[in-house]
Amino acid sequence: MALVYTLDFEKPLNRLEAQIESLERGERPDDLPPEKDASTLRKEHTQLLRRLYSGLTPWDTVRVARHPKRPQSRDYISMICKDFCELHGDRRFREDPAIITGFGRIGSIKCLIVGHHKGRDTQEKLACHFGCAHPEGYRKALLKMQLAAKFRLPIVTFVDTPGAYPGIGAEQRGQAEAIAVNLREMSRLKTPIVSIVIGEGGSGGALGIAVADRVAMLEHAWYSVISPEGCAAILWKEANEKNNNAAAEALHLTARENKRLGIIDAIIKEPLGGAHRDPLKSADNLRKWIIEQLDELRRIKPETLPARRYERFRNLGKFTERPLPADDA
Amino acid sequence: MSRAPVRSWTELKPARATRVPEGLWLRCPACAQMIYRKQMESNLHCCPECDHHFRIGAVERVRQLLDDGSFVSMFTNLFTNDPLKFVDSRPYKDRLAKEQERTGEDEGVQCGEGFIKGRAVMLCVLDLNFFMGTLSSVVGEKITRSIEYATERDLPMVIVSASGGARMQESGLSLMQMAKTAAALARFDDAGGLYISVLTDPTTGGVTASFAMLGDVILAEPRALIGFAGPRVIKQTIRQDLPEGFQTSEFLLDAGMVDRVVPRRELRNEIARLIDFANK
Repeated sequence: MALVYTLDFEKPLNRLEAQIESLERGERPDDLPPEKDASTLRKEHTQLLRRLYSGLTPWDTVRVARHPKRPQSRDYISMICKDFCELHGDRRFREDPAIITGFGRIGSIKCLIVGHHKGRDTQEKLACHFGCAHPEGYRKALLKMQLAAKFRLPIVTFVDTPGAYPGIGAEQRGQAEAIAVNLREMSRLKTPIVSIVIGEGGSGGALGIAVADRVAMLEHAWYSVISPEGCAAILWKEANEKNNNAAAEALHLTARENKRLGIIDAIIKEPLGGAHRDPLKSADNLRKWIIEQLDELRRIKPETLPARRYERFRNLGKFTERPLPADDA
Repeated sequence: MSRAPVRSWTELKPARATRVPEGLWLRCPACAQMIYRKQMESNLHCCPECDHHFRIGAVERVRQLLDDGSFVSMFTNLFTNDPLKFVDSRPYKDRLAKEQERTGEDEGVQCGEGFIKGRAVMLCVLDLNFFMGTLSSVVGEKITRSIEYATERDLPMVIVSASGGARMQESGLSLMQMAKTAAALARFDDAGGLYISVLTDPTTGGVTASFAMLGDVILAEPRALIGFAGPRVIKQTIRQDLPEGFQTSEFLLDAGMVDRVVPRRELRNEIARLIDFANK
């Protein structure tokens, strides 16, 4: 039950978890009142967990989304996908492990899966640049998505990136162009696309694989134009705990706010206490939502999908429109 | 940090200024020569000594690019309304009001129809003077409407970019303008339209990563800063000094990311002949 890594606001759970653990080992902690046993403690733990997670601030949410134990694309692929057949390479420059692409079956539906990957151990994290893809990653994603469209396979993308990689090579090889082309080409792919922000949805790097017919977020994911730290550093002149908090609030980056603004279509429930406490349950919710959407989208003629997708993004943005002054003539 | 001592003012290299300080004379930030403002202005805002391209606002750009008096401004009925009630050290509403008062403009883009050397075009120019030309809902909407208008009439589309990127104060809504404008350009492309993208100093972030890099032909003004991530962010990430000339137009030309580097005085000619080559 106890996680090796605990977030600040989860600290009150630690004592309970330690007590439950020692009871399970058959030892009785000295500080435990006699009327309490393992089951009452577990109940207390659940209540506390529910209380803590129902009052998450946006900045807390960002930290849950970055929890080191939070399931990543590869975890979800292994949990919801049968017969995954990974495809590598952009055929131009090199293989970028920060974006995974491959064929697989979700339920009975054959599809192409694309996902950012952050990496688990230090070595993998470094290879993946902590989920920050290079242009070759975005180009690989597009190449495989076009392959999917050719074979009329629907596309499922998992978004989980702090942002596209900012580096010399990335700029030289056209990071901006790679993302821009993905936005343009995804908008006209004649096959269903569903995207889910499973952790971090950082800016253009996230959007670069998220121009979809249906977009969802996991309950504790975040999606925004910039990370709270980046925003705090620019607008508040310094990224510290207080400013990050304020920036996270101001950016409206939670699933609920993104839903309210119409940027996403659905919020996928996470198990109590976040996806990292019960990855299987989280994967199950994810799988159900994907299958539901793909079943619906499969009934639409693929040729008409780009027009619908266009309408979806066309309507995003909020402003005031006043009537034009009438012509004098 | 220790620095080599500066012995005289001629060794001082002033920082690149966004706006030119007031006065009859000014110092060119590139060659450090004192130049006569009127002469610089009549030279399309380029230094008469070294041809340094000063940053210019959208109104001036429209004036320079289009045939005299041919500009018909469009979509002027859209207004920004602070959808997120964004407040940092100052409320977004106040910042907007101040920008509007300072510039006399409603938003950071000029859109409209006009002629370049007698050729009809749909022109959008991002306005650096207004909120650093950042991409707001209104800017995205105006550009999208312009692209749709050009699609319906088969007009060549010219977008002159100059922008700090997405507008943080509109967060996710600003981000979505990238997808919106890119999707509109897909339809324009499907219809066989010609889109000439002109990159000017500076073009960065979400603007570069959407319509700015999607031109059928991409032109860039000399020595402009063009990139996805800002140089400071890159420096912090890789903890190395950046090579000389990194993220300039010339760097991008070498990297194969733009078609031509075009001095300001040649822009009209270049756009006109591209329109001719594309049979538009």
